[in-house]
Amino acid sequence: MSAQPQQPLTGPATTAGTAAGAVRVRRLTKAFGDTVVLHGLDLDIAPGEIVALVGASGSGKSTLLRVLAGLSREHTGDVTVPDERAVAFQEARLFPWRRTLANVLLGVRRGSLPRGEAEARARAVLAEVGLEHRLDAWPLTLSGGEAQRAALARALVGEPRLLLLDEPFGALDALTRITAQQLLLQLWERHRFAVLLVTHDVREAVALADRVLVLDGGRLRHEVTVDLPRPREHGSADAGRLAGQLLAHLGLTA
Amino acid sequence: MTTIDAYPRAATVDAPVDAPADAPVPAARARRRRRAPSWAVRSLSPLALLVLWQVGSQTGVITEQVLPAPRVILAAAGETYRDGSLLAALQVSTTRVAIGFALGGSIGLVLGVLVGGSRILDHVVDPPLQMIRTIPFLGLIPLFIAWFGIGETPKIALVALGVSFPLYLNTSAAIRQVDPKLLETAQVLRFSPWQRITVVVVPSALPQVLVGLRQSLGIAWLSLIVAEQVNADSGLGYIINNARDALRTDIVVFGLLLYALLGLTTDGVVRVLERWAVRWRPEAAR
Repeated sequence: MSAQPQQPLTGPATTAGTAAGAVRVRRLTKAFGDTVVLHGLDLDIAPGEIVALVGASGSGKSTLLRVLAGLSREHTGDVTVPDERAVAFQEARLFPWRRTLANVLLGVRRGSLPRGEAEARARAVLAEVGLEHRLDAWPLTLSGGEAQRAALARALVGEPRLLLLDEPFGALDALTRITAQQLLLQLWERHRFAVLLVTHDVREAVALADRVLVLDGGRLRHEVTVDLPRPREHGSADAGRLAGQLLAHLGLTA
Repeated sequence: MTTIDAYPRAATVDAPVDAPADAPVPAARARRRRRAPSWAVRSLSPLALLVLWQVGSQTGVITEQVLPAPRVILAAAGETYRDGSLLAALQVSTTRVAIGFALGGSIGLVLGVLVGGSRILDHVVDPPLQMIRTIPFLGLIPLFIAWFGIGETPKIALVALGVSFPLYLNTSAAIRQVDPKLLETAQVLRFSPWQRITVVVVPSALPQVLVGLRQSLGIAWLSLIVAEQVNADSGLGYIINNARDALRTDIVVFGLLLYALLGLTTDGVVRVLERWAVRWRPEAAR
C-alpha cells in the first residue's frame, strides 16, 4: 500500500498514459453509494505482462476492469492506461446485424487507417484467429467459440497495448476453452500486448498469467508469481501447487 | 401489450401438417416438400368461395341488391375506370393517406425517438400521450370538423392522428430495449455519436419500428375510409357514397375491395422491409 498521504483526487481520473504500455493505478477507490467496492488500490502492469485477477463474486474484480476500460468514471485516485486498449467480455457482444468482417472492422479506430488498409488488417486478424472462412457469416450463426474468437479479433485489430479480458472464456465448454486459451497465448507471443485477465478460474489464471492477484473485499490481498516456462503443460504438478495456493488465498482448501 | 411482439412470422410459413411425425423422410426434405405447394393449397378455399359466390348469384340464391356477382363488380370497375372517376378518386384518396401518414408518421417517430432516448422526456411526454391514446380517435371527427371545417384538413388530421400512435409506441419501446451491453461495447470501441446511432440503435430498433409502421398504415387506410364516409366531395369514399345513394351496390363493393387492395399493397411493402431488417437473424429464429 502507498505510504503517501491519502489525498484522494476527484473527478474522472482515468487518463490515457504516456508510459509505454503500462498500467499504473494509485490509491484507486470506488464506491457505489455507501458501498465501497475498491479500497485505495495500487496496481502496475508492465508492457507485455499477463496479469490475472482472481476473487470471489463481489470482490470488485469486474469493477476494477471497468475502471481501466474507461467504462466507470466516478472514482478517486490516479489511473493511467494506454490509449490503445481493448476489451473483451464474457459474451462476445458482436453486433448481430453486421457480418463478422464488418464487426472486426469496427475495432479499427475511426480515421486511423484508409478503408482498404483497415479491411486488409481485419482479414489478417480474422485469419490469425482461424476465422478466414467465416468473414461473411452473420454473428448469430457462429458457434460460441467462433463468436468469442471474432470478439478477440475485433479487440486485437486496433493493435492494443493493453487487452482487458472479463472472464472471456467463462461461457465456453471445457474443450473450446482450452483451445481459446492457447489461441490467446499464441496471439500474445506474436503481439506482446499487456493483459489484465479477470477470471474466477484459478487454473486458468495459473495456465496463462505471469502474475496472479487475489482481490478480496476491494483490496489486493495476495500476489502469486507464476514462474513456469511457456508453453505450460496442462495440469502439471507445479501448476497444481500454485492453483492450490491461490485457492487457499481465496479461503478454500484445494 | 400488442406493440411488443416485434417479429411476426411471415403469413405463409406454417404449412399444413400432412405427414405423420415419424415419416421416414429427413426433416429438412419433408419440410421443403410440404412447403412448396402451401401457397397453392392456401389459395384453394378463397377460390372455392369465389366460385360459390358466382354460382349463388347466377342461381338467384344471392340477390343483386345484397351482393352483386363477381362479374358485375368487374364490370363496375370497368365503368368507373372508363368515365375517369376511378383514377381521379384514387389520386385524391392516396394523396390524403400519403400526407396524413407522412405527417403523423414523422410526429410518432420523432416523439418515439425522444421518449425512448430520454428518461426525462419519457416522464414529461409519455403520460399525456397515453391519456390521449385512450380516446377512440375516430370519435374525434365532430370535433375535427368544428376545428378544421369540412375540407381536406380534418381528413388528413384524422389520418395523421391515427398513424402517429402505433409508431410512437413501437419506436419508444424499441429504443428503450436496445441492449445496454451493446451500448457499452460501443463505448469501449469509442464510437462517435453518429456510429452509436447507425451501428447500434437503428438496426436494433428497426424490426419493431417496422411493426409500428405496419400497424400505422393499416390505421391510415381505416381513418381515411371513416373520414371519407362522413363527408367528402371527392375520393374513393365519395364514389362509394354516391353509389349508395344510386343503389349501385356493385360500385360500393368494388370501392371496398379497392380499399382492401390498397391496404394489402402498403402492407406487402412493409413486409418486404421487415424481412430485410431481420435478414441477420437465423432462419429458425425469425
